[in-house]
Amino acid sequence: MPVRIQREDFDIAGELERLRAGDVRIGAIASFVGLVRHVNEASEVRAMTLEHYPGMTEKALAQIVEEARSRWNIIDALVIHRVGELKPGDQIVLAAVASAHRGEAFAACEFIMDYLKTRAPFWKKERTPAGERWVEARASDEEKASRW
Amino acid sequence: MVQLVYLARLREAFGLATESVALPREVGTVAALLAWLSRRGGAWAAELAPGRAVRVAVNHDVARGETPVRAGDEVAFFPPVTGG
Repeated sequence: MPVRIQREDFDIAGELERLRAGDVRIGAIASFVGLVRHVNEASEVRAMTLEHYPGMTEKALAQIVEEARSRWNIIDALVIHRVGELKPGDQIVLAAVASAHRGEAFAACEFIMDYLKTRAPFWKKERTPAGERWVEARASDEEKASRW
Repeated sequence: MVQLVYLARLREAFGLATESVALPREVGTVAALLAWLSRRGGAWAAELAPGRAVRVAVNHDVARGETPVRAGDEVAFFPPVTGG
């Protein structure tokens, strides 16, 4: 299953090892890991809650991976996104793409993240010293996604 | 009946995660449904006002104003996404 949504943390080395799975056609794996920062919009973030829309989120992520497969010659891809309460420094998301050569792996991985940020139904709520607040979508994320 | 789902900020603003509603005959699209819900007033009128960034999905697919809504559909309302 190339798409997973889970509360638990993930092990990057183990996930990338499984993605390779002894497939000797693979010459490159590009991966991205998103982490919870301790500061956002100039205030301290003590914790973050990630919410999703069960059913639609899995479908949206699978469609993004399929779109990447149709655009680049990739061998396999993986997206893991966590939900629930996370702390600064925690891993949020892993996107990884395996291909014969690095160019396609880099491009497809960046594409997957740009589309995930703007199309996959996840919402972040931060807990700061001043209280809780929903994170607002950024116009710059939309601009990045529109490049592709 | 149509199943309505409210997510993230909208769920908190409405104090409601899901509800099942019988739509009047004239409410047959996403745009008409938004207008119908906003006539409840209060948080509904404020959050669903034209110009507010509200996204809608019908049966787990992104919808537009003209997307049809039929009995048995699941219609979700949510703010712009912020994952990753």
